[in-house]
Amino acid sequence: MATEILQLRLQREARAEGLFRWATMCSAVLVLLLLAGVIIALVHGSWPALKEFKWAFITREKWNPVTDQFGALAPLYGTVISSLIAMLIAVPIGFGIAVFLTETCPRWLRGPISTGIELLASIPSIVYGIWGLFVLAPILQHSFQPWLIDHLGPLPLIGKLFQGPPFGIGLLTAGVVLSIMVLPFICSVMREVFRMAPISLKEAAYGLGATQWNVVWDVVVPWSRTGIIGGVMLGLGRALGETMAVTFVIGNAHRISTSLLAPATTISAAIANEFTEAVGDLYTSALIALGLLLFVLTFIVIASARLLLLRLERGGGKRA
Amino acid sequence: MNKLTQRRISNFLAFTASTLATGLGLFVLCAILWTLISRGMSAMSIQLFTQMTPAPGSSGGLLNAIYGSVVMTALGILIGTPIGMLAGTYLAEYGRTDHLSVVVRFINDVLLSAPSIIVGLFVYTLVVMQMGHFSAIAGAIALGIIAIPVMVRTTEDMLNLVPKSIRDGSAALGAQPWRTITNIVYPAARNGVVTGLLLAIARISGETAPLLFTALNNQFWSARLDQPMANLPAVIFQYAMSPYKDWQAMAWAGALLITAFVLFLSVIARSISALLGSNLGSGE
Repeated sequence: MATEILQLRLQREARAEGLFRWATMCSAVLVLLLLAGVIIALVHGSWPALKEFKWAFITREKWNPVTDQFGALAPLYGTVISSLIAMLIAVPIGFGIAVFLTETCPRWLRGPISTGIELLASIPSIVYGIWGLFVLAPILQHSFQPWLIDHLGPLPLIGKLFQGPPFGIGLLTAGVVLSIMVLPFICSVMREVFRMAPISLKEAAYGLGATQWNVVWDVVVPWSRTGIIGGVMLGLGRALGETMAVTFVIGNAHRISTSLLAPATTISAAIANEFTEAVGDLYTSALIALGLLLFVLTFIVIASARLLLLRLERGGGKRA
Repeated sequence: MNKLTQRRISNFLAFTASTLATGLGLFVLCAILWTLISRGMSAMSIQLFTQMTPAPGSSGGLLNAIYGSVVMTALGILIGTPIGMLAGTYLAEYGRTDHLSVVVRFINDVLLSAPSIIVGLFVYTLVVMQMGHFSAIAGAIALGIIAIPVMVRTTEDMLNLVPKSIRDGSAALGAQPWRTITNIVYPAARNGVVTGLLLAIARISGETAPLLFTALNNQFWSARLDQPMANLPAVIFQYAMSPYKDWQAMAWAGALLITAFVLFLSVIARSISALLGSNLGSGE
């Protein structure tokens, strides 16, 4: 009798075990299905537009909802250029902060300062948007941009990038706002990899008479190269896909201007601005196709960044 | 000697530059927070919490938007948390290093940094197009999808912090793994999982892009989940982009509300995870 009850309980336990294990596994598989679902939904939704325009969709600049002509070149250009501007600003500054936090900063200040920098990552993107529009854009328009136009505008070659009236909103402003947003991501990855650099290597360099900067630049940086690239690409992935902050300050103009000061658009801003107003299946489909383009772009960047960081984690584990 | 001076100078310059960079970063943080507080506080009033969003020119508040944000964030968490926790449990307890876990872990990390507007488009084609109209439930699903990767990641990290010995102890008493996990490991990792939950709430309550074409917006009070619902981010977007001064002022007040809430959550989450000695809140 007693053994029978025990038997029953054991059976019940085993069934519960199977059920729980199955539930966790299903949830794990669901994460994969989510990605597959996103891909299928985007491809399905953008099919009409892709069928209509074929490859011309990404090589044409013209975007005219009235005549149903859609080309993604202008938003694609805006996305790439604004992200590159963001990287040009955020990478050196993020590097500087990471060096400061790992080398110079007094120990008791490390916590508060890194918390401050990382709080930048928790501020919602829409807040960056209104701040960029109402605070940053006027400042850039009245001081920085006229200076750029006066001093860099007349230069050969790169001068073209800084000509025309200072609009305040445009590619440059979007790039600046984006750089603030990706700064904490770049900085935190760099700080992590700097910290992983073996003390013995650094001490050996000090022993040879290297200055602190020599140690950072000639020992720590080469050692953590993979991690730095990973962090930068992670930031780039963020910048490419950022929507709200950019939508406020980009100016929403579907054209490619040589000037960085001119209004432009990005893929995400075009979708955010036009999606709910899009009439006609082709228009909606073209916007979803933009989304697919953005997805492919960010997926490649983020996936390579993660692969690099993953390799680093494994390598780091072995070395440790 | 000359060479040494040169190196000392470059050393000095480099560290001055890095200190300046840090100062710049902190300055920008303060500038943003200062603008938010000064502009947001001047538009802050009790009306904000008691009245509906107004037409331009008339007075009003953000009550329906606050309600909508709370409802959709809560539903999003309800959708995202169980799935995220179970998947994280699989990665930490059952799968560990099998092929499925390796792939899921990688894809999850990619989803963690994927653009949120893509999720909006996905839910639009999946839910909104099928239902035929925008709805609060579509918004909640979009937020839930964004919360899942956050929960998976934090759950796995937190379960991994629980020492293996107490699992062995439980197993030695004859407990099946599921009993060990639910009765021993989960309670041991409780603080960590709560941290993850706070981070997930912080992450989705400020999201705007995925709501724009799922929940849309609603100028009026609506508690129906199958109808468009007002939400703070969308109202801030609409009001800030408008030419009306009083709408812009309310956008600042709304932005201050969201930011204060999100920063409050992240600071709590960070202090818990600092106590636990992990780096979950690091924004990665």
